Amino acid sequence: MEHARHYQPIKISILLYVVLVSITPLVLIMTIAGYSFHTAYRDKVEVQLVQLVEKHRQTVNSFLNEKGADIRVIAHSLSFAQLSDDSALAGILATLQEQHAGVFVDLGLVNQKGEQVAYAGSFKLARADYSTADWFKQAKGREFYLSDVFLGLRGLPHFIVAVRVPFAGQNYILRATIDFVAFNELVENISVGETGLAFIINSRGEFQTKPRVDLSSEVPAILDLIKKNIDLAKERAKAAESVAVPAYKSQERLPVHFFTHRPDKGSSVISVMTPLKGGDWVLVFQQEEREALARLYQTRMVLAAVFLLGALAIIAMAFLLSRRVISRIAQVDTEKEMMNERVIEAGKLASLGELAAGIAHEINNPVAIMVEESGWIGDLLEEKEFGDTDNIREIRRALAQIRTQGGRCKEITHKLLSFARKTDPTETEVDPNALAEEVVGLSEQRAKFAQVKVEAALADGLPRIRASASEMQQVLLNLLNNAMDAMDKKQGGKITISTRFADGMVVFDVADTGMGIPEANLQRIFDPFFTTKPVGKGTGLGLSICYGIIRKMGGKITVNSAVGQGTCFHIHVPVSEQKGRPETSLV
Amino acid sequence: MEGTETSRKGKGPLRLLLVDDELGYLAVLEKRMGKRGMKVTAVPSGSEAIGVLRRSDFDVAVVDLKMEDMDGIEVLKVFKKMVPEMPVIILTGHGSEKAAREGIAMGAYDYLTKPCGLEELIAKIREAASAGRDTADKV
Repeated sequence: MEHARHYQPIKISILLYVVLVSITPLVLIMTIAGYSFHTAYRDKVEVQLVQLVEKHRQTVNSFLNEKGADIRVIAHSLSFAQLSDDSALAGILATLQEQHAGVFVDLGLVNQKGEQVAYAGSFKLARADYSTADWFKQAKGREFYLSDVFLGLRGLPHFIVAVRVPFAGQNYILRATIDFVAFNELVENISVGETGLAFIINSRGEFQTKPRVDLSSEVPAILDLIKKNIDLAKERAKAAESVAVPAYKSQERLPVHFFTHRPDKGSSVISVMTPLKGGDWVLVFQQEEREALARLYQTRMVLAAVFLLGALAIIAMAFLLSRRVISRIAQVDTEKEMMNERVIEAGKLASLGELAAGIAHEINNPVAIMVEESGWIGDLLEEKEFGDTDNIREIRRALAQIRTQGGRCKEITHKLLSFARKTDPTETEVDPNALAEEVVGLSEQRAKFAQVKVEAALADGLPRIRASASEMQQVLLNLLNNAMDAMDKKQGGKITISTRFADGMVVFDVADTGMGIPEANLQRIFDPFFTTKPVGKGTGLGLSICYGIIRKMGGKITVNSAVGQGTCFHIHVPVSEQKGRPETSLV
Repeated sequence: MEGTETSRKGKGPLRLLLVDDELGYLAVLEKRMGKRGMKVTAVPSGSEAIGVLRRSDFDVAVVDLKMEDMDGIEVLKVFKKMVPEMPVIILTGHGSEKAAREGIAMGAYDYLTKPCGLEELIAKIREAASAGRDTADKV
């Protein structure tokens, strides 16, 4: 838990940095790409809709101009007598209806007072009085007039094309009624998707065509938009004029505009509009934004999903990565701690070794003198003058005892020095049996305490091995110590160290009757820092060092183990190739 | 038990130069070897030993490795320059075998680990004296 708390801030930092560094570019890319796509797509939709409206503006204009031109031609080419004759008018109407598929409903000639003097058509409007009609008032002072849609005397929606016909000092008006249905079709056909619709509205907010859905509640908003549109168009025109481009010359050529507004119903609507009939009418196309930009919204959803998945993947990766890094750091820290412990332990051992070596050296000389002095007494006692009394015999026995004990002291100091001396990696020729015996001797004391019996089973006539005596001793002592650790503390056990010759190599077998090594651990026992001993008791380096030493010598180390029965290590060491003079006091 | 050791030339007692700065050890060895018929010259330092060797001949020299003024290896080098045919046995403490082996590489006859038994030492001295005689004969 302490460790976890220690590494938590590092883990969080790594996590945050990775997430920040990875997600920031992702967000930037998504934002830039998203914005660019959004703009490009809107522009594309705008261009499409503007083209659509522009095309229909031309269609509506052509319709109106065509019908106006027809009536003008009739007014100017026929004589007053023909125009004021009902039957002549009926003939002309029939021709018009035939040519224009029933667009013209009726024809009439109206005098200056507003009285219809001649009429051709299906309504009973002969001699009708238009003196109070709005269209008549408007048309009276003009050469040509096109009215708004109105119900009029017939009670049906229609509009009128009126042309002035001067005759005998009076201004008559030739008027033709245009069928609303035919005109309405022109605009009604502009239908895109489910929500795209078009209509014509005049500056007073009266619909000149019938929208597919009821828009009467939105008229004020539409008028407001039209006003803004016209203002904007004027501004643009002024700007264009200032750079000497005469773009805003004709009312009919007012540019089309694109507006988005959000009515109370909660959805955004795209409106494109263009003026008609000199600005009296405006052709408006509307489509809900969600439909017009459906592809854009779909792409946005895909982008959002990609971003979300990417962000999730980044967060997951950052989490995994930080966890892995932390676990590696923790492992390295643990290894470092172990190394520190080992260095401290090695330092302690080295000090202890130096101390022991110092003491052993200091003791050696006095012991040597004592032994030699007792030998000297022995030499003197050989003189005849001392004879062979009981006391002399007792003195001789005592001297022998001094020599024996001196020998023991020598043994002890030798062992102490063997243990304490620094590892000498110099390879020499080593007698394997002498090495094994010395290791058994060195571990005698510990074995006694551990109630372990250490036996040596040495083969005769073994060749010498080429090895560092102290390193080989370290390897064998390590195996012996491990074997003793593997024994039951109360029952003890037996360790056999044997030597043999096999496959051109000298083999040391260190076998114990301990608890054995489980199969799972067997593969890992030579790995550095692998230990089954309690924390602080083992560094997990002993066998790893042994492995390294033996490999360096060109040998190999293998192990057999059975849980509950014991373990046997086999160390194969190459024999010496030199056949020089044997070194008597080696090892 | 007291035999008489013979010198390099085969006449008279074996002449032994014993060099060790441990005076007690030096004294008792001198007495015991003397009793065994050797002519022992016991010297407590390397520099004195060099002086003694300048004045007298010896069949074998036994030199302690660790001494205060000059160590055994330095003494050995000088001895080998002065009297190359004289065998030199090195006495070493346990654990200093590496230095002793270096001594052998420099011409020492062999080394013994202290504390060694008198009989072992005498046997080694006899062996060395015999080897020394052979060398002298060849020379």
